[in-house]
Amino acid sequence: MDWMSFITAAPEMTLLGLICVVLVADLFVDNEHRILTYWMALASLAVTLWVLLATAPDGRTEVFSGSYVSDGLSQALKIAVTGFVAVAFIYARDYLRANDLHKGEYYVLGLFGLLGMMIMISANSLLTMYLGLETLALSQYALVAFDRDNENSAESAMKYFVLGAIASGALLYGISWVYGVTGSIQLDEIAAVLAADAALNSLPLWFGIAFIIVGIAFKFGAVPFHMWLPDVYHGARSPVTLYVAAAPKIAAFALTIRILVDALGDLHEVWGGMIMVIAVLSLLLGNIVAIAQTNIKRMLAYSTIAHVGFILLAIFCGTEEGYAAALFYTLTYVVAAAGAFGMVILLSRRGFEAESLRDFKGLNARSPWFALMMMFLMLSLAGIPPFIGFFGKLNAISAVLGSGYTGLAVMMMLASVPGLYYYLRVVWYMYFEEPEDLAVLQANTDTRLVMSLNGVAVLALGIVPGWLWALCLAVLA
Amino acid sequence: MSDYLLSILIWLPIAGGVVLLAMGDDNNPASARAHAMRWTALAVSVLTFIFSIGLYTGFDTTTAAMQFVERAPWVDAIDVWYYLGVDGLSAPLILLTTFITPLVVIAGWDVIKTRPAQYFAAFLILEGLMNGVFSALDGLLFYVFWEAMLVPMFLIIGVWGGERRVYATLKFFLYTFLGSVLMLVAFIYLFRVTGSFDLFGWMASPLSLGAQKLIFIAFLLAFAVKVPMWPVHTWLPDAHVEAPTGGSVILAAIMLKMGGYGFVRLSLPIVPDGSEYFAGMMIALSLIAVVYIGFVALMQTDMKKLIAYSSIAHMGFVTLGFFIVWHMAGGSGAVLGVQGGMVQMVSHGLISGAMFLCVGVLYDRVHSRRIADYGGVANTMPVFAAFMVLFSMANAGLPGTSGFVGEFMVIIASFKANPWFAFFAATTLILGAAYTLWMVKRVIFGEVANDNVAALQDLNRREFIVLAILAFAVLLIGLWPAPLVDMMNVTIEHLVEQAGQTKF
Repeated sequence: MDWMSFITAAPEMTLLGLICVVLVADLFVDNEHRILTYWMALASLAVTLWVLLATAPDGRTEVFSGSYVSDGLSQALKIAVTGFVAVAFIYARDYLRANDLHKGEYYVLGLFGLLGMMIMISANSLLTMYLGLETLALSQYALVAFDRDNENSAESAMKYFVLGAIASGALLYGISWVYGVTGSIQLDEIAAVLAADAALNSLPLWFGIAFIIVGIAFKFGAVPFHMWLPDVYHGARSPVTLYVAAAPKIAAFALTIRILVDALGDLHEVWGGMIMVIAVLSLLLGNIVAIAQTNIKRMLAYSTIAHVGFILLAIFCGTEEGYAAALFYTLTYVVAAAGAFGMVILLSRRGFEAESLRDFKGLNARSPWFALMMMFLMLSLAGIPPFIGFFGKLNAISAVLGSGYTGLAVMMMLASVPGLYYYLRVVWYMYFEEPEDLAVLQANTDTRLVMSLNGVAVLALGIVPGWLWALCLAVLA
Repeated sequence: MSDYLLSILIWLPIAGGVVLLAMGDDNNPASARAHAMRWTALAVSVLTFIFSIGLYTGFDTTTAAMQFVERAPWVDAIDVWYYLGVDGLSAPLILLTTFITPLVVIAGWDVIKTRPAQYFAAFLILEGLMNGVFSALDGLLFYVFWEAMLVPMFLIIGVWGGERRVYATLKFFLYTFLGSVLMLVAFIYLFRVTGSFDLFGWMASPLSLGAQKLIFIAFLLAFAVKVPMWPVHTWLPDAHVEAPTGGSVILAAIMLKMGGYGFVRLSLPIVPDGSEYFAGMMIALSLIAVVYIGFVALMQTDMKKLIAYSSIAHMGFVTLGFFIVWHMAGGSGAVLGVQGGMVQMVSHGLISGAMFLCVGVLYDRVHSRRIADYGGVANTMPVFAAFMVLFSMANAGLPGTSGFVGEFMVIIASFKANPWFAFFAATTLILGAAYTLWMVKRVIFGEVANDNVAALQDLNRREFIVLAILAFAVLLIGLWPAPLVDMMNVTIEHLVEQAGQTKF
């Protein structure tokens, strides 16, 4: 081991050091000055981002005996997750303060989760991957239970924990079978061993892959391993939901690409079918069940399941274009989803959670600007041009068609029609109904600013989507 | 400046709409701000119309090539271009759009009491997007405008519409969206085959008959819903009835034309063999629309519904004119059919817009659209009655009005194709006269039916201006269609040639 290894992993090292500083410093901050923790957390993110940019890798570097990798993909994904964690923190602050929940734990756990995501993104061995995954998962379990006096939060955290533990177990079990067959836990070595000996491509390996896919499907929230998702989104306090809904989806994408493509890329015909089945089921179930929801967090949870179906179908193509389309879709979905949960936070105030669809009634009369922003976000999620979600859909369908699955492409498009209905319902409530709740929006300037940037971003990205698509193609080439 | 004329026609109204939104709303129509806002909306829409006149004066009628072309890269990675241009098919429709929009702004002047800024902004943004649909020459750009256009219309019907507006507007959005999703799949397929979204690349690329059939069906779903053709027309009566007057006018005058435009811009030249294969079915559907929907219109008790059904019947002529091309030995007959369809689109835009404005005039006074609530309006509103009778005559296809020209051309062309086509098509002369004039009889003539009618005030200056301008346009095209026909002639000859070729 040499110093190069530490420099390559500098972002994680820095972040870990800063988390410890925040954790200790928070002990000496009383509740009235908790804002200091917030600023320290944001500063940690800024420093981490700076280190990320300063240590940008030149090509692909493997360190720590090949269990850690730094490449263009990891760089791009880490910048994205850092950014989305920062967005979650900014949206969360006012809400937490208004509800007497402004404690250091939210930020510290959020930062630990980020560390886990960064480790997942850079993992080049199955064990590093598992390590990152558990760091993220444990932080999330604790975050969901963060409002400990709230029964819903506690219940959903318990549910999340139990199901998450089972899924982690399944993943670890699958990893052990793959290790047993190939004799390696390092992703590129697994690929090399499998390429060298075709006889290894047999039932024991498939058995292992099936369990790994269970783990992946759980982390993404794909059918039939989606049960936790609506309950957790619903039960958690809105800033936690925002955190769970945004950045970890990008980490789940990294998990999928690293394992299925880097290690098992040649076995596309083995895992492709499984991915397709769960993707199609997610797409259908998510879009149809979302229609019946009256709680916007649950509705967005089911819509997430549907979007995951799209992402997985793009990965199912097994082409570089498909992977790039999946990455593009994930990023653009997360931008819009973060904004949508941000809006739930923005409309909430002390003792009042704006989580029912009814709470959006007449928003246009209360605040035309934020109604417009919410409309942008909903239309982007529905995939209506010129919003960025449309280009996500376009690229995914183009990749699926390019791989020759015309029927699948038609089904993806048709499935988005019921999707349009429930997004339009939010627009309908905001614009066509009279407000039931006349309270003035209480959010602070920075929340309003981030919300506006978020809403404008889905339109602006939709008008100039080219660079993002080029970037996605470049990092997955 | 003519280099950027099309961009101006798209972005000027959109920018005007954004300015209106930024000005914010004032629900008191008498306030200075509401006043400034209305005048801004009118100024932007009139300015757009003035710019669009350049499209007519600078138009070269001797070429089928695209004119006023603008081309700049948009999304390099998938070869999408910001590619605009017009020919004889699209230029008249853009002129129609820029002509109708100021009238809609005037018609909504002080009628719209709630959130007028958003109302006018929606119409201006819609105008820009519709101009975009008519001028886009890149498939993806076309699709972006095509879908984006639904959003302002969704809001117009939903916010300012009638009692069942939510149902009607959701039906409108979902129906048209469902129609166009498969068009996107077809576009992406063509992109994968040709490597770009360039419409001319698609027209030039050979395609197997099987692929052409599927693409035609995908296009058909999108365009048939928009036209709308029987049996996917059911969203239209609901949308029309619930939409505010301005929304109905734009819907009938321009949005329906997008379907017809789609057939001539995309279906005929890109999948000529597919179109030929399905031409018989298209003709049958068109004739069903003309005859069956004509009878349905006869039954209506709601004026807006009646005009909505009459729109469907009239649009049947458009699709009939387009798809009889293959039933002739080529040459002048085929050109006449397409020309008739195009003239019918422009003329129907003017007449149906005018009819909806007339109903709007009555609705603003009595707040009812039911035919039975009226009677003897001519006694209290003589000027209005004169206009209404004129537009009704035009709707029934009276010679001398624009309604006659298109229908007559299509009937002649279909007679050349097959006398039976002409026989069924010509029933519209009877049915159209029956349902329109019967409505006029019940609403306009006779004794004053009730106190509401007795209390009616005749047209005010604002309403008079709008209807007079439309009446002038209807008579102008009826008496002197040559400029319009000349504008389209060369392009249509070229189109018929393209439609006649074989691509596999």
